Amino acid sequence: MNLTHSDKHPEAAVYRATIAAGEPFLCEVKAGQTLRLLDLEGNQAVDTLFYSAKNPRERYDPQRTLRKQNSIYLTTGTVLYSNLGNPLLSIVADTCGRHDTLGGACAQESNTVRYALDKRYMHSCRDNFLRASLHDGRLNKADIGANINFFMNVPVTPEGGLTFEDGISAPGKYVELKAHMDVIVLISNCPQLNNPCNGYNPTPAEVLVWD
Amino acid sequence: MTASLTLRPTLYEELLPGGGHTSFVLKRGQLLRLSDLEGGANVSLLLLNAAEKSERLNLPDSLKCQHTAKLTAGHCLYSDMGRVLAAITADTCGWHDSFGGVLNAAEVQEKYGQGRYQELRNGFFRNGVDNLLVEMGKWNLNLQDLLMCLNLFSKVTADRDGRLHFQAGNSKAGDYIELYAPMDTLVVLSALQHPMDPNPEYAPKPVQLSWSRVDSDGISVLCRSSRPENARGFHNTERLYI
Repeated sequence: MNLTHSDKHPEAAVYRATIAAGEPFLCEVKAGQTLRLLDLEGNQAVDTLFYSAKNPRERYDPQRTLRKQNSIYLTTGTVLYSNLGNPLLSIVADTCGRHDTLGGACAQESNTVRYALDKRYMHSCRDNFLRASLHDGRLNKADIGANINFFMNVPVTPEGGLTFEDGISAPGKYVELKAHMDVIVLISNCPQLNNPCNGYNPTPAEVLVWD
Repeated sequence: MTASLTLRPTLYEELLPGGGHTSFVLKRGQLLRLSDLEGGANVSLLLLNAAEKSERLNLPDSLKCQHTAKLTAGHCLYSDMGRVLAAITADTCGWHDSFGGVLNAAEVQEKYGQGRYQELRNGFFRNGVDNLLVEMGKWNLNLQDLLMCLNLFSKVTADRDGRLHFQAGNSKAGDYIELYAPMDTLVVLSALQHPMDPNPEYAPKPVQLSWSRVDSDGISVLCRSSRPENARGFHNTERLYI
């Protein structure tokens, strides 16, 4: 994997926020600004969606993004495309090396299928997405498409197998994205306890923005 | 590869021509067979709960709960609500693609050149985004509902480095897939070439659609029992009808 570092200093960031384990988060990043997502304690999936701030119906499109880069994983050089075919953001630095966009977000309903019927009442990313969206007011359920799982390792085999593996992230690993348009960033700091995507121990993540 | 062994009376048949789009409710207990007449067909598929259309096909949920990146016989197509919108009860080509998605008008023009109605009449160059969007608009759905789609009959593999490869020849003349609906499911279809098909000519292939009724739910045994997750998915689906 090709790891690329950034020379940006946290002290120079114009915005910093820590997302506690299991919490939703929503902010805006302006065109030209750089967003860093930082895995503070390691092995933490950060489920993320992007929308055009001017037209929130325009959102991140995983199939177009994969098709245009002809590759299944996201890393430095990946351009995140929208459902209208426009570039939303580009990944400009990545010290983790691989991020998933096929695994989607955990939900109460999918937990009943994946694990057991009585797992329904555990906390989930889809609940976080809804909570942040409905309070913000610009987004609702219909806007929640397939997301990116930063720091999550979901290998696909040539035979078509797909598994959730132990994370390849570690404390201090980060990914940086440069925005091509004003975007809404919607995050669920994943609360999943039933599989190794968070190392069975969800932890905080940090968001930093530079001009 | 799993062929269908049972002979069932056909309720209805229709040809979906290359380039065409259609949508209909596949009622609970009905079976839809899509047959590739010439070989090399591709059909982009979206599914929704017909009674509550905010409930939609969720490919990531479908893939991760069955630990697969390819979809074939024995697999279920899940909604975001943990229910089985359709179960793949038979499939003779062995792989249906979740990666490629659909092209929009600009991408089709870039790939095939200009093909307007004004010159070509009904042979004009369609695109998957508009085909699906127009069909969904008939049910008062919109751009927000254009989620990741499944490309039936097409195969795209990822190598060890994650690079994607379109595998030509996945579907041959006569190959088919059968979708069984354990709930009332709105089916949206568009018959256009796969976006990663290297053929530079616009030449979408036709598909035969065939509806039948299944007398017993036994047809879903393969899908119910293929994984414990799917037994729970069917349980969630049956709760709609208690």
